[in-house]
Formats: sequence, C-alpha cells, structure tokens
Amino acid sequence: MTTTATPPATTTPSTTGARKLPSVAEGPGVWTTGPRGALIGLGIGAVLLLVVAPLTLGGFGLDLLGRYLCMAMVAVGIGLVWGRGGMLAMGQGVYFGLGAYIMAMHMTLADTTLEGESIPTFMRQNGVERLPELWGIVQHPVIAVAAIILVPTAVAGLLGWAIFSRRVKGAYFAILSQALAAAFAVLIIGQPVLTNGSNGLSNFQSLFGWDLDDSGNRLVLFLVVAVILLAMLAVTWQLYRSRFGELLVAVRDQEERVRFLGYDPALIKTVAYMIAALFAAIGGALFVPVVGIISPADIGVVPSIAFLIGVAIGGRATWLGPVLGSIAVSFAGTQLASAFPSAWVYLQGLLFVLVIGFLPGGLASVIGLLRRRRPEGRGGGRGDGSAGAPDEPGDDPQDTTREATEPEAAR
Amino acid sequence: MTRDHRPSYLEIRDLRVVFDKFVAVDGVDLRVEQGDLRFLIGPNGAGKTTTIDAVTALAPAQGSINHNGHELVGRKTHKIVRYGVGRTFQTASVFEDLTVLQNLDIAAGLRRRPREMLRHRTGVSARITEVMKTTGLSDFQETKAGVLSHGQKQWLEIGMLMVQDANVLLLDEPVAGMSQDERDATGELLRKLAADHVVVVVEHDMEFLRKYAQSVTVMAAGKIIAEGTVAEVQANPTVQEIYLGTAGTKSLEEAKAEAEMLGLDPEAVTVGVPSATEREEH
Ligand SMILES: Nc1ncnc2c1ncn2[C@@H]1O[C@H](COP(=O)(O)OP(=O)(O)OP(=O)(O)O)[C@@H](O)[C@H]1O
Ligand SMILES: [Mg+2]
Repeated sequence: MTTTATPPATTTPSTTGARKLPSVAEGPGVWTTGPRGALIGLGIGAVLLLVVAPLTLGGFGLDLLGRYLCMAMVAVGIGLVWGRGGMLAMGQGVYFGLGAYIMAMHMTLADTTLEGESIPTFMRQNGVERLPELWGIVQHPVIAVAAIILVPTAVAGLLGWAIFSRRVKGAYFAILSQALAAAFAVLIIGQPVLTNGSNGLSNFQSLFGWDLDDSGNRLVLFLVVAVILLAMLAVTWQLYRSRFGELLVAVRDQEERVRFLGYDPALIKTVAYMIAALFAAIGGALFVPVVGIISPADIGVVPSIAFLIGVAIGGRATWLGPVLGSIAVSFAGTQLASAFPSAWVYLQGLLFVLVIGFLPGGLASVIGLLRRRRPEGRGGGRGDGSAGAPDEPGDDPQDTTREATEPEAAR
Repeated sequence: MTRDHRPSYLEIRDLRVVFDKFVAVDGVDLRVEQGDLRFLIGPNGAGKTTTIDAVTALAPAQGSINHNGHELVGRKTHKIVRYGVGRTFQTASVFEDLTVLQNLDIAAGLRRRPREMLRHRTGVSARITEVMKTTGLSDFQETKAGVLSHGQKQWLEIGMLMVQDANVLLLDEPVAGMSQDERDATGELLRKLAADHVVVVVEHDMEFLRKYAQSVTVMAAGKIIAEGTVAEVQANPTVQEIYLGTAGTKSLEEAKAEAEMLGLDPEAVTVGVPSATEREEH
C-alpha cells in the first residue's frame, strides 16, 4: 500500500546526504568528511608532521612538538567519549598516567640493568632490597607494551561498565571521573617506595635498547609518535562513520530510546570509554621517552582538565577539532607560560568557560558556519503544521517535554 | 516471525504496577494473539501507558508477562526488546539529529555482529527500502527526522518497529495529531501488520477505533472493566457509565465526543474535569 505523505515544506538537503556525519546538537556538523576528505586531511597531516616538521624544527622544537602530539592523543579519545558519546571524561589523566607509569617503570628498570644494578636508585635510597613484583612484571619489553595496552583498557572497561550500567551520567559522571584522577594522583604520591612519589620517574637513558641521547633516535621517536597519532585519527574517522559511531551519537542524544531498540547503552558507552582510555594510555607511554619525566603533576586533576580545554576549543564532536585544538592550546601554553607564568592558568580557565558558554561547538563550528553560509535550520521550515504542530519538540534534542514524559523520568 | 506455525501471543496475568503507594495498574489480565488488532482504551490516567511501560520494563511490574513462552517480568528493557517486543511512545521519539535512513538502520541493527558495527553502512538493505516504501518515507531517506511532520515521525517509529523485527507491537496513541488521510493510512498499515504480529493500540480516537479495531479492552483506574468486540464493549453498562459519567480528567467536550463515538448520547455526559492535564497531544 502507498500512504499519502505530506511532504515537509523544507528543502531536502540532498547533497549533504549519506556521507554526512551526524552533527553536534549545538552546531552544524563541520568537517564532515568522506574517504577523499579524510585522505586529504591525513595526507596534509602526514606531510606536515613527517616531512616539514623534521626539516624545519631543531631537536628542541621536535621534542616540544612530540610532547604536544602525545597530549593530543588524549584529546582524540576525549573527542570520542565527550563529543560523540556525551560523556564528559574529566579524569583521562588516570589512563594517561597508567600508560606513562608502566612505560617509565620499564625504562627505569632497563636503565638500571644497563648500569649493572638490579634495583633502581631511588628504591635503593629508600632502603628497598628486593625488586617489587609489580616492577618485575614489566621488565620484559613485550610485556611492558602489552601492559600499556591492556591494563588501562581493562581498568576503563571495569570502571566504565560499573558506572554506565548504573546509569550514572551527566555531571555525576564528570565528577566521578575527576575524583578518580585525584585519587590516582594521591595513590602515586602515597607510594614513594614504588613510584618515587611526587618526584616522579625521570632521567631515562634508553628506550628498548635505543640511546635516547642520540638525535637520530630522537627523530625516529618523533616520527613514531606522529604516525601513531595519524593512525588514531584514521581509526576515529572510521569509527565516526561506522554504525557504532551513529549509535554512539544516538545514545548521546537519546539514551533511553536506544534501549527500546534492543541495545544496551552501557555497553556502547563502555566501548567508547575503553577506546579513549587506550588512546590516552598510548599518549602517556610515548610522553615518557619524549619528555623524559613523568610525575603526579602530569596526571592529576589539573592536567586532566587541561586535556579537555583543547578539545572544547577545537570542537569536541568534530573529527579534527580535538587534535588541532589540543595542539594549539599546548603551543599557546608554552609561549604564554614562559612570558606570563601565572596568567596562563587563568587564561586557560577563562577560555574554557567562554567556549563552553558561548561556543559549545568549538572554533570548528565557526568555520562550519562560514563554510556553509546556511542558517542552522534544523527546526526551520518543518512540516506544514497541519499535523499536530504543538507537539513538535524544540530545537534542543534533549527536549524537556520528552524528558518529562518518558523513560528518564520514570527511573 | 511465527515460531513453528503457532500464533504468537502476549499474555499478561495479574499485573500490578505500584508507584510509591499509588497503584497505577491493579491486577490486569490481558491476552492478545497474532491476527487480532486489539485496542486498549480508557479515560486519562487509566493506566494504559503504564501497562505498556510494565511490559517493556520501564515501570516496576509485579505479576507475569509472557511472550511466546518467555517470561518478561524481571528482565531488562533491551533484553525484552530482543525477545521481539517493540513499542512506540505517546510523544514520537525518533533520533531527530539523524536521517530517516540512519534511524531505520539503527533500529534494524540489534542483531548485528560487532564487526558489522565497525563498518560503514554501504547501500540500503532491501528490508529498509521496503519499509520506507510501506511507511511513505522513501522520499525522505536523507531527511533529518527532526524536520518530518508529526504524522511522518509516527510512521518512522512504526517503520523502526518493523525493521527491528518486533513481533509484539505496542503503539501508544499512534494517530494522535494526524490528519484524516494519515489516520486511514495508518489504520490500513496496522491492519496489515496485525496479520503476523501481536498488535496492541492505545487510542483515544473513537472513530479510528470503530473503523479498525477487531477487539477492544477497556481500562479504568488501573483495572480492566470490559473486553470484546467494539459492539460488545459499546453495549457494556460499566463502560457506558465510565464514558458518560465520572470519566477521569477529560474535558466535558472530549468526554462528550468520546461518548458519541461510542454510540452513546453525548448529552448524557454530566461530569467532566477541564483538561488542564498533562495531555500534550491535543
Ligand atoms: N512514574 C510514575 N510515578 C507515579 N505515578 C505515575 C507514574 N507514571 C504514571 N503514573 C500515574 O499512573 C496513572 C496511570 O497513568 P498512565 O499514563 O498509564 O495513564 P493512561 O491511561 O496512559 O492515560 P492517558 O490516556 O492520559 O495517556 C496516572 O494517574 C499517572 O499519574
Ligand atoms: Mg498514556
């Protein structure tokens, strides 16, 4: 049978069809990219990072850029959980820290062995005589790498499942995740015998047998970091256009509705959270050889929030917004922190508040608006109104009438 | 999706739903079989939506709800959906930011393997194409669901149930806010679906009911007060009393209209509370 459909009086956006990524609630979907656009984007990134940067930057500049790229890996993950999944993860420092500390423990042990010792110096100074088992485990490089990948992902899986299956969300999730970061930093500071406390671990000589003082090796390290970041971007691009990516957006916008389609939103959210944790852990692990030190100051509450700022500014739901925003904020931070050491922290906070308050889509949404020059008319020109217009939800997808009449309220 | 040719069924026994101390559903027994087109009616606040909520684990249920041999009470919503129970909401709730196609694709996906989930959708499955045709949404494949008309959103919801392979369809006021043509189209569609689905329609529109209902269950104040064909229910004195007199929270006009549709004398309606209630759809 054919039904007589009343066509909506809107111009059907036919050109921006199937390829289009779902847009953010607060702005048009920008940098929505088909395979060609993605290849171009990644290609430009590859040329800049793998060719231009090594040719133009000195060793110091490369190290600095490498550091930014490691932080940007965390940002890419935050873009996934926060931008696409709606989970404001304020404690990614935990996973960054897990990856970093596993790597730092392994490297410290390797250096110790090279020096002909069996126990790291700081432990000997603390009167430790036998290597703690926790350290012994990561002595072998393969196990260390496996642990960097598996431990944070597993922790995120357990925590995520516990949190999301209890339907903890919104501000509660944000606060909880931040508390985790605080607790993790406290834990590390509180175990000076195992972790060297607030001094952290530093003075690394080698990585997997490669001399870290050698400028050629440092260049290779930088290139590895850059390639891994580009790979993460390729993975997120595929995730965003996959069915999983669509489902994640659906969960973000209407979690309860998704339940009635037979999916468990907790599972979907947990998977996204695990991927973000993995990205953060890899960023942390690479941060250690690139920067040469990891300490609780790099992983607690403040750095966890700092990770968010770049993501927010760049446009959290866009593909490249988080990575570009993160690198830009890191860069600005280095410039300003040396000029006005204390002002930068305040400026960072101010920027965050301004963007969240006035430009929730991030700077990317400005570019998107300019590019489209089309009014953001999701609600404009909808159905002709003959059919029960009073029921039409407002422009906000989290429409309050629905929230009130439906699932969320009942639990 | 009948299993070994035995007709599918949904059987509710002694269902009770209690909110704090308020008993919203009070000992409901209801059996609906495939091939029937069951309408569930009753005054505002009778407990119709709450009954559907209980079946889909949205409201706390006591008693037994059985679908083709599977007990549903105590299971989680997404598990119940996987047993083949689908529903729509009183207020259409599609994914407004996603296109019609994306909405349908998500609905069709509950049995997808993880590997398929990680891939991009290529092409449109035959089933989705067919459902878009049936629901008149073919031309809106790439339209954001948020800009559809109200009736189209309701159809999209029904379409989502169809691609999701639901065997039990619980529809909460599917034609509210639709034009006459749209109502008829929906009625025909429901009639078709009832052949191989268990269909329960909650409706206030009595004209629609008389045209399409095969059988009717009447609820009031959490209890079932009558069941049978449209004619039987119309002739039932308790039903007459409820629709003519102490009819819940409806406005007088609404109560009269409903009474008239039921074939009763509208002038006999005496009591009616002005509808400053939570009914958003009128
Ligand atoms: N979550 C809840 N908490 C408390 N009371 C509730 C809840 N949900 C429903 N009720 C109450 O249960 C009663 C039955 O409500 P229900 O929505 O099932 O009625 P209905 O028959 O669907 O009415 P309508 O025709 O207006 O949709 C009402 O009195 C309502 O206020
Ligand atoms: Mg209702």
